[in-house]
Amino acid sequence: MAHANAHAVKRYSGIMDWLTTVDHKKIGILYLIAGGFFFLVGGLEAILIRVQLWAPQNDFVGADTYNELLTMHGTTMIFLAAMPLLFALMNAVVPLQIGARDVAFPFVNSLGFWTFLFGGVLLNISWLTGHVPDAGWTSYAPLAGTTYSTTHGVDYYVLGLQIAGIGTLVGGINFLVTIINMRAPGMTFMRMPLFTWTAFITSALILFAFPALTVGLAALMFDRLFEGNFFDPAAGGNAVLWEHIFWIFGHPEVYILILPAFGIISEVVSTFSRKRLFGYSSMVFATILIGFLGFMVWAHHMFTTGLGPVANALFSIATMLIAVPTGIKIFNWLFTMWGGSIKFTAANLFAVGFIPTFVMGGVTGVMLAAAPADFQYHDSYFVVAHFHYVIVGGLVLGIFAGLHYWWPKMFGRVLSESLGKWTFWTFFIGFHLTFFVQHFLGLMGMPRRIWQYLDGLGFNEMNMISTVGAFLMGLGTIFFLINVVVTSVKPKNAANDPWEDGRTLEWTIPSPPPEYNFAQTPLVRGYDAYWKEKMDGHKGMTPAEPIGPIHMPSPSILPFFMGVGLFIAGFGFMYSPDWGDVGFMKTGHLVGAIGLLITLGCMLLRSMIDDHGFHIEEEEILKDQGGKA
Amino acid sequence: MMKRWQIVKRLAPLTAFLVLVLAACGREDLSTLNPQGPVAEEQFGLMKLAITIMSIVVIVVFAISLYVIVRFRRRPGDKTIPKQVEGSHKLEIIWTVIPIILLIILGVPTVQSVFNLSKDYSKDPEAVKVIVTAHQYWWEFEYPELGIKTAQELVIPTGKTIAIQAKTADVLHSFWIPSLAGKIDTNPGGNINHMYFSAPKEGVYLGKCAELCGPSHGLMDFKVKAVNPDSFDRWSAAITEPVALPSDPAIAQAFESKCLVCHAVGEYGGPAFPNLTGIASRESVGGILVNVEEGEKQYKHEDTLYNNLYKWIKDPEAVKPGNGMSNQYDLTEEELKGITEYLSSLTLDFE
Repeated sequence: MAHANAHAVKRYSGIMDWLTTVDHKKIGILYLIAGGFFFLVGGLEAILIRVQLWAPQNDFVGADTYNELLTMHGTTMIFLAAMPLLFALMNAVVPLQIGARDVAFPFVNSLGFWTFLFGGVLLNISWLTGHVPDAGWTSYAPLAGTTYSTTHGVDYYVLGLQIAGIGTLVGGINFLVTIINMRAPGMTFMRMPLFTWTAFITSALILFAFPALTVGLAALMFDRLFEGNFFDPAAGGNAVLWEHIFWIFGHPEVYILILPAFGIISEVVSTFSRKRLFGYSSMVFATILIGFLGFMVWAHHMFTTGLGPVANALFSIATMLIAVPTGIKIFNWLFTMWGGSIKFTAANLFAVGFIPTFVMGGVTGVMLAAAPADFQYHDSYFVVAHFHYVIVGGLVLGIFAGLHYWWPKMFGRVLSESLGKWTFWTFFIGFHLTFFVQHFLGLMGMPRRIWQYLDGLGFNEMNMISTVGAFLMGLGTIFFLINVVVTSVKPKNAANDPWEDGRTLEWTIPSPPPEYNFAQTPLVRGYDAYWKEKMDGHKGMTPAEPIGPIHMPSPSILPFFMGVGLFIAGFGFMYSPDWGDVGFMKTGHLVGAIGLLITLGCMLLRSMIDDHGFHIEEEEILKDQGGKA
Repeated sequence: MMKRWQIVKRLAPLTAFLVLVLAACGREDLSTLNPQGPVAEEQFGLMKLAITIMSIVVIVVFAISLYVIVRFRRRPGDKTIPKQVEGSHKLEIIWTVIPIILLIILGVPTVQSVFNLSKDYSKDPEAVKVIVTAHQYWWEFEYPELGIKTAQELVIPTGKTIAIQAKTADVLHSFWIPSLAGKIDTNPGGNINHMYFSAPKEGVYLGKCAELCGPSHGLMDFKVKAVNPDSFDRWSAAITEPVALPSDPAIAQAFESKCLVCHAVGEYGGPAFPNLTGIASRESVGGILVNVEEGEKQYKHEDTLYNNLYKWIKDPEAVKPGNGMSNQYDLTEEELKGITEYLSSLTLDFE
């Protein structure tokens, strides 16, 4: 029996535990810490941008530094803050919501985190070496090519994102497989909580969108590091090709980000209204439709590229269509609250604040979809206002809602409600102050990504308001950090269902859950599984199996070293023109090869060593249950 | 039914007010909300339609949100369980169909306008053709029919259609005159874009680069100067007339060896960088140092023509970081003043 071999319990403690963990809950926390850190970095960059723009012809930072700041702000926020924070919540919650003991591939999950982290660190080390990406988060060629960008700046962008992108892609695949295969008995697709649904669709979008980015970055890498000419028009390349590749990835990316936020809002609004989500099946359908249409609209980022009237007309209409499923969602949320009993916890404040804010971002999206009018809006502050309404007013408010909501499940401690409300009001008011006026700045003729604006153009007052708002958002973030610190010293005493109105499976198990999540896999008897049991007068879920030994995956340090290897390789290839030769090859290439060997060696070890995992025995589970009671 | 129409009636003054507020927004020579030509007018029309529809959507959502938030708050100690509603087909159909209708109202004029604005006037004998070439931080304007190549200031006759062919000499830029017409990108590699616009009224309109193109992207301004057709003819004649070099031989020597390597005046010099013929008649130096009369300096970027030229030639890097003129030459104070003096005299008499 394999059972006997796999019996030895492999567990580490302290720092080794975090480096080797394959537990989705711990990986969720790692994503949260790393994503939170990068959120602060990106936020600091944003504040510096706003300080530079607070007065006309300001000289707070130089023109070069300004372009570095705007590039790194965008890149960091999208790839290193927003995505990982969503992955944090998906890791922490999705397996619990479907009644699973972990994700399908725990090792790959850990690998996804470490490659993301090392990619992100590589990108941000550029600040220390002084060669910072400065061609915008879109890195349009030829500005991002070697002719016009002669430092290593864009190299950091290309390699950092490529490595971080591996993490996102494997993470997405992992969630797809997990949601398809690991649902508890009775958890049919149409009984899945909406957050799980959105995580599922987002993972599908990742699966199709990220390879486009990978290909684009690989081509740009060849241009920059190995004298390729994909995007160099002087050598027969095509700069517009990069725009297409980037946006074929870039537009679905927007939906990759926003869909999980939709899921969070659906959960939070429903829980705190004590009501079933209104129009569940049309919500699911709308999510799928948004995901599908998300791939059909990339060229609306390129109306001014000169694709011609037929393309512009088609992409205009396709883009407008997305408003329909999005509208369905908005009204379903409103009617979930309608007739409910709404409790305004901090989490719900964020969720309720999200709805009108997101609508404002959505309607400007439809306005932008009208190509002839977009000739005026495009690359102006109107666009800046629009996408911040969608990403900050949508996604970030959603993440805050989710963090306040699931914090007790992740850490066993409920965040302070009053500090949470301070966070909400300062952040929410600051957000609208910052970005509402930017619509008008754009319409009045202020282009985006400009280092200075001239005096006397009527831009001064609104820019000042915008800067004040940015500081207020910073203050909101500080309140949240204080909340985290204050809460972390409180006793770990959150109940299984701290909100008392929990509807889904994650609220049936202890906060935080034991390593194995569910001592007994639950039997799901309907949508809102836990709520159904409550309404039927049951205290908890009906188990689908007797208590018995639970098979667990072994922790592993290999994913960490695979990340390290790619990190080293990135450096080597990047600096090969500078580091001279060693013997017959370039020093940089040797370093790069060593890095790749570390990664490949880890893969080899993983394939060679047969690891059966270990079992948690019945006694331990019973002891856990007794201890918690 | 009655009630619904009353709502529309009530909204009408609101949207009218909205449009008024918007129209009052921003400078006449810069704002998209204050269009000065038919193309910007058409785009503004579409914007107004979109803003009106979207304001209605926003108001409806805000109203429902506010009602729900106030009406359905949980009272302290309330333990009742609200009715669990699965959904409503009728409502679902309503909020699917109404948005579709709104989108049709917006979509039809959008498509019409897309085709209308994509007309190519580059073969139209009535139109004034201009080849716009963007360079890192300056704009080149070539009038192929008139044999004129100038920079930074696009002089156009009022009332005529201007047919633009846009291209770039280096990276992507975007050609934008907010008060006259929306933007078009300048693509590298022979990938030429077309657009058109016209200005019925005389005046100077501000143009901007709208695509990140390097450190001085935000400073890559230009002007469009609309003059009456007679003035335009005088301008096109004046700019093609020969230009004398500086009279002082020492200054002339410095000017030829240091400036004309890249720049041109009259038939002297090279075409790679901004043509300086008539530079003293332009509104600004380097696109952003605006020339004003002595004593009228109001802002940091304004000064007299002489001072602006002096400032620019002495240290272009301080004005536009990363521009191609930085650190390309050494001039003694004498030469600098002489050249500035000379350039200040290069006027064109046409207005």
